[in-house]
Amino acid sequence: MLQINGLKASIDGKSILNGIDLTVPQGEVHAIMGPNGSGKSTLSYVLSGREGYEVDGGTANFDGQDILAMEPEERAAAGLFLAFQYPVELPGVNNANFLRTALNAQRRARGEAELDAVQFLKLARAEAKRLSMPDDMLKRNVNVGFSGGEKKRNEVLQMALLRPKLAILDETDSGLDIDALKIVADGVNALRGPTFSALVITHYQRLLDHIVPDRVHILAQGRIVKSGGPELAHALEAGGYAAFIPEAA
Amino acid sequence: MSIAPSGPLAALKAAADSFVADYQARKTTLPGDSHVRAESAALLAANGLPGPREEAWRYTALRPFAEAQFKPTAKAEPSAALLARLPHVEATRLVFVDGRFHSELSGVPAGFRVITGEPAYGTLARPAAEKLVALNTMLAEDGAAIHVPANTDAGTVLLASLATGAAVGFHPRHHIVLEPGAQLTLLDVTIGDGEYLHNPVLTFEVAAGATVTHLRTQDEGAGAFHLSTVYAEVAEGGTYDSFALILGAKLARMEVHARLAGPNAAAHLNAAQLLGASQHADFTTIVRHDAPNTASRQTVKNVLTGRSRGVFQGKIEVARVAQKTDGYQMNQALLLSANAEMDSKPQLEIYADDVKCSHGATVGALDADQLFYLRSRGVPEAEARAILVRAFLSEALDPISHEGARAAMEAAIAAWWAKGGRVQT
Repeated sequence: MLQINGLKASIDGKSILNGIDLTVPQGEVHAIMGPNGSGKSTLSYVLSGREGYEVDGGTANFDGQDILAMEPEERAAAGLFLAFQYPVELPGVNNANFLRTALNAQRRARGEAELDAVQFLKLARAEAKRLSMPDDMLKRNVNVGFSGGEKKRNEVLQMALLRPKLAILDETDSGLDIDALKIVADGVNALRGPTFSALVITHYQRLLDHIVPDRVHILAQGRIVKSGGPELAHALEAGGYAAFIPEAA
Repeated sequence: MSIAPSGPLAALKAAADSFVADYQARKTTLPGDSHVRAESAALLAANGLPGPREEAWRYTALRPFAEAQFKPTAKAEPSAALLARLPHVEATRLVFVDGRFHSELSGVPAGFRVITGEPAYGTLARPAAEKLVALNTMLAEDGAAIHVPANTDAGTVLLASLATGAAVGFHPRHHIVLEPGAQLTLLDVTIGDGEYLHNPVLTFEVAAGATVTHLRTQDEGAGAFHLSTVYAEVAEGGTYDSFALILGAKLARMEVHARLAGPNAAAHLNAAQLLGASQHADFTTIVRHDAPNTASRQTVKNVLTGRSRGVFQGKIEVARVAQKTDGYQMNQALLLSANAEMDSKPQLEIYADDVKCSHGATVGALDADQLFYLRSRGVPEAEARAILVRAFLSEALDPISHEGARAAMEAAIAAWWAKGGRVQT
């Protein structure tokens, strides 16, 4: 599903990713753990196409396509989804309209029929209910006045509606209490299946108790320094990152 | 021997002289009050047109207008395409073509009175203070006098100005009176093709407890000059509630004078200016609080592309007697190109000591994080930009309660975007 080879990227001339090699097969959930500044968020932004990041080398292949050559909206239509660490507020944009516009833009790009307002609302209400979101969150402006937990639930709601092939969850656990964390994890787990892959980026092992990954990768200084099974997250929790970070030259 | 003057002042002088000469040649045939007309002619001959040295005209130069030539109007028929641009709303239609009332295109009012065929001068305009009002008064040939009796809801009136683009100049003069407790929604739509001068004056007398909702769409021709002046005087408990959507003309200025004359009177002067290419539009307001417990609200949004220039001048005057005044003014501009310019001048003159007045101004570009958020969800860039521009305008548009008018304005904004608003050079 996702194949990254030797990916190097920089921002403002400062090298952040120094040769990432990573493969996420279809249907698997992989976790990327790493200390602050290791390049976790940069990896998610480079994969989703945010401006300001310079790709200096390497490749990223998503579902058979060179994803680095695509516009952000093309990546989304191809089935890539980024759950933001800090979901963006859109004052003046109604949440339901936003979700429907996004869903229909992707359907249009894939040559599928668009959903009308009634069809869409039925679908959105059902998904919102599964995430224990009050109906009025659909009526409010996108993320405006939402609590931290509501914003993250809104990200998962978008993911549930857009049904991506690969979701990147960028520190989705940050700022969540344990109840909100469970709701978000349940939302992600509900999507798991043979056609859904995920890259769960997190600083802490806590989220991985609820979204149990198939593989865990440790990112440090812009490289994957160790990969293993879910037990690696526990080892990390016990011993800290220090054991995995290469000595500075 | 004298040296012939040149430059902007000479051009303005020549233009004023040419308007006065037109008046002199036609004065015996112009309808209505010849006395006020003659007074304004004397004012214009003596004072000329607004020039660059006047504080109120610092940001808007009339030179391009002074250098153009405008013929007097004749009876004209609008094209089907022009007529099709009128909003599809249920309303009593009052249609003016090149400034002249067109009865076949207009409807018959029920429950209120309308008089046309001559300028409706009213008593609120100040030709001695506002030079363009002197010009209007001198050359006005037609207009609508709308009178809504006490406690009557006149419903919706569509006051439409259609310009056929025959290089004409017209100066309609409308007067709207609402007796106590009366209500009226006035959709004031000015559209046209090509080059012309449209210099209307509208005066509103809003009696106690009456409410007028004045929803304006200025979508004049690309080569047109739109110079309009509104006076509204609001008595106790009355409301002048206005919104102006400004899209058209090469050079535009909307000047609004609102006076809150009785306790608990309110005025809303909201506007959205969407400009592109080398358009220049100026929205100037003067709100005078002359009684206690009065409130004014101004939310003015500007979206500027190309080399366009937006101007907002907002003055709030609070008289000593006007305690507990609540004045709010916010002007925001979204610059979609590096060559667009916004000039914003708030002015507060407060002589009462117990008031709440605030003003603010912001100028910025589209937010890169918001744009990326939308695109990351699959929304194409142009559509994402359109969504954010529309969101920026929502604070000014959302208070419009007339659904038909709002739908027409939404459509006009979408058309503006599709036509070239999104061209950001």
